[in-house]
Amino acid sequence: MSGVLSYLVFFLTTAAIYSIASLGLNLQWGRTGLFNIGVSGFFAVGAYAYAILTISPLTGQPGLGWPVLAGLLGAMVAAGLFALLVGIPTLRLRDDYLAIATIGIAITVQLIATNEPELTGGTNGLFAIPQPVAGWLHGSGGVAFLILVLICVALVYLALERMIHSPWGRVLVAIREDETAASSLGKSAFSFRLQSLVIGSMAMGLSGALYAAFIKFISPQDFLPIFTFQVWAMLILGGSGSSAGALLGSLVVWAIWTLSGGLIQAALPAKLQVDSGAIQIILIGLLLMLVILFRPSGLLGRKRPAVHRSTVPSKEQA
Amino acid sequence: MLEVRHLVKHFGGLYAVDDVSFTVKTGTITGLIGPNGAGKTTLFHTIAGGYRPDRGEVFLGPKRISGLPPHRIFQLGLVRTFQIPKPFREMTVLENLMVAAPGQLGERFWSAWVAGRRVRRQEREIRERAVQVMEFLNLGRVAQELAKNLSGGQQKLVEIGRALMSDPQCILLDEPGAGVNPSLLVEIVDRIAELNSRGITFLLIEHNMDVVMNLCDPVLVMAQGRLLLEGPPDLVRSDSRVLDAYLGGTPA
Ligand SMILES: Nc1ncnc2c1ncn2[C@@H]1O[C@H](COP(=O)(O)OP(=O)(O)O)[C@@H](O)[C@H]1O
Ligand SMILES: [Mg+2]
Repeated sequence: MSGVLSYLVFFLTTAAIYSIASLGLNLQWGRTGLFNIGVSGFFAVGAYAYAILTISPLTGQPGLGWPVLAGLLGAMVAAGLFALLVGIPTLRLRDDYLAIATIGIAITVQLIATNEPELTGGTNGLFAIPQPVAGWLHGSGGVAFLILVLICVALVYLALERMIHSPWGRVLVAIREDETAASSLGKSAFSFRLQSLVIGSMAMGLSGALYAAFIKFISPQDFLPIFTFQVWAMLILGGSGSSAGALLGSLVVWAIWTLSGGLIQAALPAKLQVDSGAIQIILIGLLLMLVILFRPSGLLGRKRPAVHRSTVPSKEQA
Repeated sequence: MLEVRHLVKHFGGLYAVDDVSFTVKTGTITGLIGPNGAGKTTLFHTIAGGYRPDRGEVFLGPKRISGLPPHRIFQLGLVRTFQIPKPFREMTVLENLMVAAPGQLGERFWSAWVAGRRVRRQEREIRERAVQVMEFLNLGRVAQELAKNLSGGQQKLVEIGRALMSDPQCILLDEPGAGVNPSLLVEIVDRIAELNSRGITFLLIEHNMDVVMNLCDPVLVMAQGRLLLEGPPDLVRSDSRVLDAYLGGTPA
């Protein structure tokens, strides 16, 4: 396959993996108003869980050698359990506690990844991570895996959309809009917020698992807070509250991120290239500011009512 | 119906509700009046579970509800509205009402998969009910409007509408007439009377004396966190202690 084409496959796979995390964040923040600023933590838990579950013990690493599908599911469960751990003590308290706890868990996960080599390979990381559908479509250079990731995106998208546009999703929006009023109408804000946090984090865990399977090698360096920033940028730019917006935002932000990275490599003197990450962050930050100023609901945000049109009566009926 | 025993709620040294006891009899529209800062809203909030009482108890029928969280108290049949309306701003009026229906199967996240048909049928029923309530409250025209775009008076009606989506035994209304234009106020008063004739008990905070005199019997008077007196509206109106309280005099 030509270089351009294989680069495109690489680009799309990465953007699609990101988009699963931003779909999860959309459920948490866009629909429920949960301020999760530890996205990288849940992503990392999914990645490490997948790696540990699937890596063959024959490699001499801490691995269980499970089938890849079990690894993907296990990664989602692990991220969901971490969300329970964060949510149960904090979701009854004021909003800011969740923010602190999520960023805390992100840092903790990274510390564990760095300092528990028996479990995580430490700073050396884990390698030889099995990839699903590897070797299918022989010679296509990763197209098969891209298709698998896209199928995962579609499944997560459809599942979340179905829940968002159900009475369950309607309660989430009510809690987002006014927790006191929702409680006084019989909704247990704690219970619904916990469900939203766990389900959204499971999507982030799946995203991490696919990342580990894609790159086949992970180390603590892969799970810096910058990831959280990127996923937030994708959601805000695409349109918080909208799953389609989360998808579009992932594509746009990842394109800008990659292109600007390439341009910086090509155009700037070596001395400045060291800071290329910082320049990219500034660029995305500027873009976010423009969006917030001129199109606060994002590219595709919050135009739709909370529930499908088809379930509301027409004007004549009402 | 609703019995409050020696209820206390204080903020630091400020006793907003100070040893208040009273009973709201089934089938009445009981009024609650008193000058600003008397503690009426705090009393509502404490009854409905928004604040934990510092002392005292609240019973709904035979059931002790003090100490329960607000959503449990709602499920037992007590609904309250807010003095400052709290609509779900980014939701339509219809959705505001539909979300308030109790016992929704579709509120379990997995039922989107396992009970699709039953959820859809229940959604239709809830929607019909919401449409009825909107007609009853003259909100039909704005059914598809986002709640944030409504006038303050209409938002008050949405509050009442949400309360009507369940079959509450008892509704606590916090100043349903405040900030509402006079013609809408007449409508609200009519609706409350009609609902009451259908068997719903009301406890009503109101400043508009015409409303109170027309609608409420008995009337409770609060001042400085304490219950000053209780009686039929005429008696309350002519009681000098009430006038003193409103004029800022300290109750003896
Ligand atoms: N959350 C709060 N924290 C501190 N003080 C409060 C709080 N809520 C009400 N208060 C005080 O309690 C008193 C009673 O207030 P409120 O119940 O709103 O009176 P009312 O509804 O009768 O006008 C007032 O002095 C008010 O300032
Ligand atoms: Mg008040």
